[in-house]
Amino acid sequence: MNVAAREPAEPRPGRRTFLQMLLGAGLLGSLASFFYPVLRYMIPPASAELNSDEVVAGKIGELKLNSGKIFRFGSRPGIIVRNAVGEYKALSATCTHLDCIVQYRGDLRRIWCACHNGMYDLSGRNISGPPPRPLEAYDVNVRGDEIFVSRHKGS
Amino acid sequence: MISRVRAWLEERIGLSQITGFLSHKTVPVHRYSYWYFLGGITLFLFMVQVGTGMLLLLYYRPTSNEAFESVQYIVTQVRFGWLVRSIHSWSANLMVATAMAHMFSVLFLGAYRKPRELTWVSGMVLLFLILGFGFSGYLLPWNTLAYFATKVGTDMVKQLPVIGHPIMVFLRGGEEVSGATLTRFFGFHVALLPGITTLLIGVHLAFIQRQGMSVPRRIDAEWTADPSKRREMRFFPNFFLREAIAWYIGLAVLGALAAFFPWELGSKADPFAPAPAGIKPEWYFLSVFQTLKLIPPRLWKIDGELAGIFIFGALAAIWTLLPFLEGEAGKRRRLVTVVGILAIVFIAGMTLYAYYAK
Repeated sequence: MNVAAREPAEPRPGRRTFLQMLLGAGLLGSLASFFYPVLRYMIPPASAELNSDEVVAGKIGELKLNSGKIFRFGSRPGIIVRNAVGEYKALSATCTHLDCIVQYRGDLRRIWCACHNGMYDLSGRNISGPPPRPLEAYDVNVRGDEIFVSRHKGS
Repeated sequence: MISRVRAWLEERIGLSQITGFLSHKTVPVHRYSYWYFLGGITLFLFMVQVGTGMLLLLYYRPTSNEAFESVQYIVTQVRFGWLVRSIHSWSANLMVATAMAHMFSVLFLGAYRKPRELTWVSGMVLLFLILGFGFSGYLLPWNTLAYFATKVGTDMVKQLPVIGHPIMVFLRGGEEVSGATLTRFFGFHVALLPGITTLLIGVHLAFIQRQGMSVPRRIDAEWTADPSKRREMRFFPNFFLREAIAWYIGLAVLGALAAFFPWELGSKADPFAPAPAGIKPEWYFLSVFQTLKLIPPRLWKIDGELAGIFIFGALAAIWTLLPFLEGEAGKRRRLVTVVGILAIVFIAGMTLYAYYAK
């Protein structure tokens, strides 16, 4: 009884709202189904990281005292430095500031980034300029006449 | 013959309505009228970019193995290739300069004020698009400077919380700047950006067309006080021919610069070589570059780089919304002028500092 009394009062707006919602939801759904693949398409598939644990960075005798060079550590650059007393140090060569590649400055005995004048010491600590974090240090092992560089165990 | 063609067109598309409209359009004449040319020259340089860009596309190859060599081929083997490439580079730089000069002239002449706020906003977006053209086009020759500029520029985005990393991956086409980045930047540079820019230039011009040229406040006051001082010239042919002369001079300057100072190509990018000493971005990014160099690694409690990005992002947003800062009645007009002067001093100061700093 109650229902019958109420029904003629607002049947059309109710139906209209319902249809509009249906239409809106349908449009929204179809838009989402158009744009989702587009968005996913724009993000490149994650490439398998070339996860080398150990690489040959160079040969003994290749590096003079107080000099450094860049080597490939997987897909990223590393830097190996032979200091003034002949010890080898290996670090990530990617500046922690804005991703430039660092170099060894024999005159300063520091690792230097040319992009924004960032400076690191030979253990990778950021000592001046804008770099916010130290460079990752790697382990160096000399076997035969080859210099092997590897990530710290457990890191 | 011409009159018959005209009559034929008249019958079909009503040509006289278009030419009639052109002959009625006027441009105000006063002592600052010369500033009106800057927008037009920027448009001219954009058309030069489209033309030379299409020519470069005939030989350029957008892959990391071939890009550098193909540009080398263009400038050494292709007849007049050096000229086309040089004009494209010079025109790009001049376009940034004229767009900035246009922006500052609009700022100081108060042309952004009501009812032209939207023209200003569309112009600012166009300026950002021009910088986007500069950034994406810079990488295309795949040389060392461009490689590091792109690494730094895209790495800055990464510092943004949450969305930073996905955006960087989207821009680079991966975690690193690589051949995938080059392919993407190529697409942005020759398809995405030109499409959006052309559309927006249409909108920008439509606004100007709808509202007419702005008359500077002081001139407007003089004219209101004494209407007999009001001067105007017809857009067509009077202003149009003057603008044509300006374009012609622009073309001459461009040709001379390209011929006497051909753009360098540098050395091929090597993802496993240190950044070269003395590396610097293009002049229009120097002020940002120098500021980033000076910001310490930590500012209060946030990362220095993040602080830098927020500062520059906030500045860009404030700049875009400048007409609204002034208020409808122009109450804070002084403030806008002072902010404009401070910005010029800051940009010029930092640019010179970067230029002369070791």
